[in-house]
Amino acid sequence: MHEGVDTIFGYPGGAIMPTFDALYDYDKKVNHILTRHEQGATHAAQGYARVSGKVGVCLVTSGPAATNAITGIADAMLDSTPMVVITGQVGAALLGTDAFQEIDVVGISQPITKWAYQIRRAEDIAWAVARAFYIARSGRPGPVVLDITKNAQFQEIDFIYEPCTFIRSYIPTPEINPSQIELAAEIINSAKKPFALVGQGVVLSNAEAELKEFLEKADIPAAWTLLGASAMDTDFSLNKGFLGMHGNVGPNIMTNQCDVLIAIGMRFDDRVTGDLNHYAKQAKIVHLDIDSAELNKNVKADAPVHGSAKDTLPAISALLKPAKHTDWIAEFKQHDDREFEKVIDREVYPTSGEITMGEVIYKISEATGNKAVVVTDVGQHQMMATRYSKFSQTRSLITSGGLGTMGFGIPAAMGAKMGAPERTVIMFSGDGGFQMTIQELGTIMQEQIGVKMIILNNHFLGMVRQWQEMFFEERYSFTKMQNPDFVAIAKAYKIDGQNVSERSELDAAIADMLKDDKPYLLVVDVEMKGMVYPMMPAGAAVDNILLGE
Amino acid sequence: MEKTLYTITVFSENTVGLLGQITIIFTRRALNIETLSVSPSAIKGIHKFTITLFTTQDVVEKVVKQIDKRIDILKSYYNTDDDLVHQEIALYKIATDNLLQQGSIEELIRKYHIRVLEMNADFVVLQKAGHYAETQQMFEELSETVGVLQFIRSGRVAITKSKVERLSDMLEGIKKYQN
Repeated sequence: MHEGVDTIFGYPGGAIMPTFDALYDYDKKVNHILTRHEQGATHAAQGYARVSGKVGVCLVTSGPAATNAITGIADAMLDSTPMVVITGQVGAALLGTDAFQEIDVVGISQPITKWAYQIRRAEDIAWAVARAFYIARSGRPGPVVLDITKNAQFQEIDFIYEPCTFIRSYIPTPEINPSQIELAAEIINSAKKPFALVGQGVVLSNAEAELKEFLEKADIPAAWTLLGASAMDTDFSLNKGFLGMHGNVGPNIMTNQCDVLIAIGMRFDDRVTGDLNHYAKQAKIVHLDIDSAELNKNVKADAPVHGSAKDTLPAISALLKPAKHTDWIAEFKQHDDREFEKVIDREVYPTSGEITMGEVIYKISEATGNKAVVVTDVGQHQMMATRYSKFSQTRSLITSGGLGTMGFGIPAAMGAKMGAPERTVIMFSGDGGFQMTIQELGTIMQEQIGVKMIILNNHFLGMVRQWQEMFFEERYSFTKMQNPDFVAIAKAYKIDGQNVSERSELDAAIADMLKDDKPYLLVVDVEMKGMVYPMMPAGAAVDNILLGE
Repeated sequence: MEKTLYTITVFSENTVGLLGQITIIFTRRALNIETLSVSPSAIKGIHKFTITLFTTQDVVEKVVKQIDKRIDILKSYYNTDDDLVHQEIALYKIATDNLLQQGSIEELIRKYHIRVLEMNADFVVLQKAGHYAETQQMFEELSETVGVLQFIRSGRVAITKSKVERLSDMLEGIKKYQN
């Protein structure tokens, strides 16, 4: 309450019952959402945090509840999502005895949290909770686990809460170093062909405006990582698209053509870089990051700049000479045109054949005025939704990037809707991922969370099928799925929906889905053998891009 | 790539589970820790870890940054042997009979600069402080001549040759962030 928490996602059980009992008296002040599985609670908290910028909070019991929460905690770690997960624990006297539902939560979660701490006495609760929220939200955000023993929950003490603002061993936002700023500005000023890569650091530090000013001042084309999506509006003239394995052709090719590469709040993930031995070797690298462990980790920087993008971008901008790079920027167009002709035209504007994922996504994006929060699960539809949704405001794509967690979609969409109730939340899933957390339809029913869910159903684990076709000699090992009647399942949960298999029915179905703010499930049968192109095969160079036939 | 022996020094708060947090970073990169020594530092409440490993500069740099990133770590840095005064301590247990048959104990003490910690009818415990190569050489020589019943060597302790005490500098430096 002292941290301004108004929403908690949780699931009660033995070792957390005293806390849930206390929560019973606060039901007007704190909205507790009972999910159907602890993994759902963690992804919902992630969706909530990602869309709102606030800390997501989970409350679960010990043992299996804690292990169920682990996937979401790991996901939040890799995607730098601020989250506090409170787990119950057996009484302190029973610790280490293999008591019922006892598990070493701190030990398990240490490698996948920013901080994990066990509270064994009530006196430490206020201190640890304050510290947990401070750590989760500050610097490079991340998940924190607090494991509270049952005796500590029962003890009564005088509660004195002081927010945490300083930990001597932890400096979340370092002061910027003027010589780093000057060197970066000097390199950028000397560039003939500058190119910027935008990561989630821009969004996490609320530096979207500072980014725009930086890019416009020196006329720098920019592309974004999966988690950097929507940091720039789709129609911003310097926005040149999506980076990486299934990104746009232009940005990937130009990475190996530019003379200065400016990475802003991104970590050179292998899905972005491909083979590091053939990655931007011709360019000088400027790398801005708040986490010094990311600087020089994957790509050696000529000018590493340690600090928050909110601070470093304006500091560099101030030293930039206004420039124009018209010819260089024009070079992107030939690649855009080639991609449109070879890939996009067929994917987004087909006139015959089976329905494609791209056309569904594009139509829905248009129908929502490009204003919706797009939440995805993981797989082909995720890449398609990222490629073909348009964004007109920040924090509009919520997706599991680093961990690539199938089953993320439904619960993350619930959390996103709770975190941004005024926005339309569109959730794209595949037929595989949807069934990994399908039980959360129960939560959606109980809370009447108005998420619009779309299954792009190809009756296959499509991304794996694509790799089998391309790299495993079409040996489709265990990727074909016999699926249930999804709409009937939704109806059993009192969620309206329909199944579409004809192109002619699509527009009307989308309109029906968007007519009100109630939960809805639209299942679209899409082409079974659809492929996500362009594709940079795993481990290939960034400019080695396959475009399909 | 050429691997060098690096010494990593870590200053941390004295909290439960920190050693685990540090070793996880080595485990994830499949790095073997050669030696490890943990003790309270000169500053009350702050613990010091000294870890040695064979690796490349590129890797040790990343490892140190990842250690430094953990919340309860105050400061972490690495050095090569050139930057350090370092020492290990070794204990040797030898059967008394064998040692006496070998001849003069005085000669042994003068040769290896050792101390005798314990001596009884059954065994003698010798102590030698030195670099790895020195304690190892003595172990090998004694093994061949009088035989060694038990041998144990500590992890390395080290201090830097530079004038600056990095921890106190760091503690001074972070004061500006406290308000």
